[in-house]
Amino acid sequence: MKGKSIRFASLVCAAWLSVVPGASAEGTHPPLTDQAGDPVRGREIVRDTSRASCLICHSISALPDRDHGELGPPLDGVGSIYTAAELRLRIMDARRILPDTIMPPYFATNDLYRVGARWEGQTIYSAQDVEDVVAFVMTLVD
Amino acid sequence: MLRRIAPSLLCWLVLTCPAPAQDSPAHEPISGYAFMEPATRELQDDDFLNPAFFLVEEGLALWNADWPGASGQDRACRACHGAPESLRGVAARYPVSDPESGGMVNLELRINREIAEHLGAAPLPYESQELLALTALVGYQSRGMPMQLDLDETARAWAERGREIFETRRGQLNLSCRNCHQDHWGEKLRGDVISQGQVNAFPIFRLTWDEVGSRHRMFTWCMEAVRAEPHGYGSEAYLALETYLVLRGQGLPVETPGVRR
Ligand code: HEC
Ligand code: HEC
Repeated sequence: MKGKSIRFASLVCAAWLSVVPGASAEGTHPPLTDQAGDPVRGREIVRDTSRASCLICHSISALPDRDHGELGPPLDGVGSIYTAAELRLRIMDARRILPDTIMPPYFATNDLYRVGARWEGQTIYSAQDVEDVVAFVMTLVD
Repeated sequence: MLRRIAPSLLCWLVLTCPAPAQDSPAHEPISGYAFMEPATRELQDDDFLNPAFFLVEEGLALWNADWPGASGQDRACRACHGAPESLRGVAARYPVSDPESGGMVNLELRINREIAEHLGAAPLPYESQELLALTALVGYQSRGMPMQLDLDETARAWAERGREIFETRRGQLNLSCRNCHQDHWGEKLRGDVISQGQVNAFPIFRLTWDEVGSRHRMFTWCMEAVRAEPHGYGSEAYLALETYLVLRGQGLPVETPGVRR
């Protein structure tokens, strides 16, 4: 309980900081590639169970897959709430917004411990994967 | 501000707030059995259906068999211990501190020491069918008895070290054992309901593996799931983790041989 409320407080705090003028740029990230994200490809990446799927932790009603996780909030409607630049940063490295988040950093190699030899120095997603996934998540509108 | 905090996130935070005893390490331990589907529980409940039970029988055969010792003299576990029932309660209190090495020794390593010292035979490879069988046989003798660690100075120190390992985020996915098995047990990780990660049923037959595995194999599986470099079977890190997990799950009845999804 205590952990949750502290997390909630830090969440509100982080959200508040991100609306402070001048600090908002910290909550966003410009595109990682020149090629616009492909939502169709993004949808397949998100469903791929061998690629640290978002569905491990989140539910997405738009996807037909059977098992959706519940460690994170449902992603339905997040495309109406965040801009692509905000979503991008959250997917790249959610720790930059919520330091204690359990959401894995999909495009970061810093501050990780005992990464397996097979994955050392690599990111979960490539730059283009991030763009495609952002494009897909942006389709999850109310 | 409101735009920044998704209504779904708020909703989810509210919904998940009354969740299990998240922060207190002294939560009531719950066996992984409670998180299994009824069909999986039934497999464990019935020795004739339990796909791990053959190991107990295989263990009994090894217990009674004469092992060709290096000295040319054949020996059997039975020769010194009599019936395996004489080891009732042993598995429930392992791992134990080991004055010889100054560290902790678990059941597998202890069985191997018996084989080397008293039978004069070569130790069994960790995770071999034979070692799993003898571990299952000895574990089975404590079935229903509460796990109870003898908390001497060594055990205390190793459990503390194990707790640190349990709480340290690792791997490309940057998750600790604690993130899943303490902060989010009872919630769904894709198709699995996450349990508390208790160790009272090992060796277990895991349907996912279609095989029997030890506690240390499970640790490796979970570490690889978060894309972390695992520690070795029988390593000090795993012995520390095992010591902590027995302490953390104290009082849970031994279920060996268990069945899990
Ligand atoms: C291991 C768990 C986990 C995985 C995997 C995961 N997330 Fe998350 N995510 C979370 C949690 C938990 C939160 C809530 C904030 C927090 O506590 O960190 C969150 C928050 C979010 C948010 C903000 C939601 C809101 O309503 O404000 C978005 C967007 C998001 N995740 C997208 C994704 C996408 C896209 C993927 C896959 C590429 C993904 N997540 C994978 C755990 C995860
Ligand atoms: C990403 C989530 C996740 C992380 C992190 C994780 N595990 Fe697990 N663990 C699972 C899942 C899923 C299972 C299988 C279902 C269950 O029993 O929870 C499991 C099962 C187990 C079990 C077997 C429980 C039983 O009843 O037989 C043990 C023991 C265990 N984990 C220990 C650990 C340890 C030690 C660590 C850290 C090195 C760890 N886990 C990290 C997801 C995780």
